[in-house]
Amino acid sequence: MRIFDTDRWEEIFDSLSKNRTRTVLTAFGIFWGIFMLILLMGGGRGLETMLGSNLAGFASNSGFIFADITGKPYKGFQEGRYWYIKLDDVKRVKDCVEGVDVATPIIQNWGSTAMAENHSCSVTVTGERSDYAQVDNPKIKFGRMLNDVDDMQHRKVCVVGTRIVEELFPHLGKEDPCGRFIQLDGVYYCIVGVSGKSADGINIGGNAQTTVHLPYGTMQQTYNRGNRVDVLALTALPGYKMSDVQTRVEQLLKRVHVIHPEDTKAVLKLNTEAIFSMIDNLFRGVSILVWMIGLGTLLAGAIGVSNIMIVTVKERTTEIGIRRAIGATPLDILSMVMSESVVLTLLSGMSGITLAVLILQGMEVGFSESNPEAQFQISFGVAIGAASLLALLGVIAGLAPALRAMKIKPVDAMREE
Amino acid sequence: MIRLVNIHKTYQGAQPLHVLKGIDLHIQKGEFVAIMGASGSGKSTLLNILGILDNYDEGEYTLAGTPIRNLSETRAADYRNRMIGFIFQSFNLIGFKNAVENVALPLFYQGVGRRKRNQLALEYLDRLGLKDWAHHYPNELSGGQKQRVAIARALITQPKILLADEPTGALDSQTSLEVMEILKDLHRQGLTIVVVTHDSGVAHQTEKIIHIKDGVIERTLC
Repeated sequence: MRIFDTDRWEEIFDSLSKNRTRTVLTAFGIFWGIFMLILLMGGGRGLETMLGSNLAGFASNSGFIFADITGKPYKGFQEGRYWYIKLDDVKRVKDCVEGVDVATPIIQNWGSTAMAENHSCSVTVTGERSDYAQVDNPKIKFGRMLNDVDDMQHRKVCVVGTRIVEELFPHLGKEDPCGRFIQLDGVYYCIVGVSGKSADGINIGGNAQTTVHLPYGTMQQTYNRGNRVDVLALTALPGYKMSDVQTRVEQLLKRVHVIHPEDTKAVLKLNTEAIFSMIDNLFRGVSILVWMIGLGTLLAGAIGVSNIMIVTVKERTTEIGIRRAIGATPLDILSMVMSESVVLTLLSGMSGITLAVLILQGMEVGFSESNPEAQFQISFGVAIGAASLLALLGVIAGLAPALRAMKIKPVDAMREE
Repeated sequence: MIRLVNIHKTYQGAQPLHVLKGIDLHIQKGEFVAIMGASGSGKSTLLNILGILDNYDEGEYTLAGTPIRNLSETRAADYRNRMIGFIFQSFNLIGFKNAVENVALPLFYQGVGRRKRNQLALEYLDRLGLKDWAHHYPNELSGGQKQRVAIARALITQPKILLADEPTGALDSQTSLEVMEILKDLHRQGLTIVVVTHDSGVAHQTEKIIHIKDGVIERTLC
């Protein structure tokens, strides 16, 4: 077929390159449209992954339950009574409530001071079991996480936040501090791991960078906490909504601790599901906006191409007339205008994609220091999709002018003069 | 070579214009004919019909034994390409193509390869004494040179007839003479040529002058 003749392509490139101003003007619309679309898409993705990396490691279906004083008198108890979540409750919740995956106790101590080698740092101390990692992953940077054996044997080990390492061991720089000891409220603990969590995400019980994580058993014993639990952390099984699970847990706790079923004060609940769904919605909104703006710009570009091509066809009436007079068929003219449009759209679009990809790459490299998980770059599939979209736009943009060009009669060549 | 029988042509419009009112015309192979007439006489319309650029309403037109009637655009384009060479008053060269590319263009539409058609185009330009100007663009050429490029383009497909519409209309008298010499030369080589003109000086250099007035042939001078 003549479409695939190299001659045909030479003819197209000849025509495009010898009418440079026209070509550049036409190409710019598409170039800018696809450039904006890709850049916005990459930017949106970058923002999302940046925030996502802050939230990463945090189970998106987790919930936290705290005890507070009761708000209603019930069965002989007055209102304003103190009650506590007990370790028994944790087991009870885990065994009896439908939809609970992880139920784990946390105890906390605020305002402690950690000391080592003449340096000190004010910290939050939390005691947690190994399964708490399923709720809030510490994103271990050095060493290891706390495990069940630490807990059972009440080992004096800890996982610390990055700020603590910086404050207490400034000479270490970026080195591994594992094996060193810190002193907390008169007791020495060996550092077995460093949490890489940043303070920007969700923090339960204080800044993640200045938190010392101890095994639950160790903390329970050293701080003499008995069976009282500060926070009950939960995750839901797949397919269960955290809010429903939390309601069932609340009902169970109220029954066990003899609290009025309609008391709204006694049980405090926190649900990350709601936060995550809000963020999800936000980014869905952002991406819809990105697509609308990007596609809008691209469409405006395509209409621009179509417009300029129509003007061009009018301007080229004589040329097309001459071509017809010396033997070009209407199909020749149609395919000439169409292929010029498609080639122009593809070329300018590809350069738009290339420039946008380069800029996104630059942004990714620029942010890699502060935010290594931020991803600005678009995927290969998206690039291919964009390129096929361009080809389609080229055909659509070329259609109207090509049909108009086809209608030019050879006699018009002479009449035009 | 050309046989027209009772050709009628009316331009439809608010007021239909009956331009050709029964033209009978026979042109033999190898003849050099001029069609003369005042503007509005219908001579350009006649040339358009001869060149299959326009269709006619009534009558019969046979070109080199081929009936020309109700052709599709594609067929018409093919016949124009292979049977007819055009020369226009305003040269009608494509501005962004150089002389060789302009001359080679009809062969492009025949599907002839680039190298072959450029080589052939160079040969024809050489025959018309433009070898040194082969890679110049139309705006770098004089009027006479442009017309010679146009003639080379008309000849490259080895057409059956050469149709010239006021070929000297945009040229000074000296270059007009040169162009007419070329046409006469081609005539001597056996080509059938039809020239439309209102310049009697040009017309008298042909073998046969056909005068058209108000859409009919007034008289034929040999």
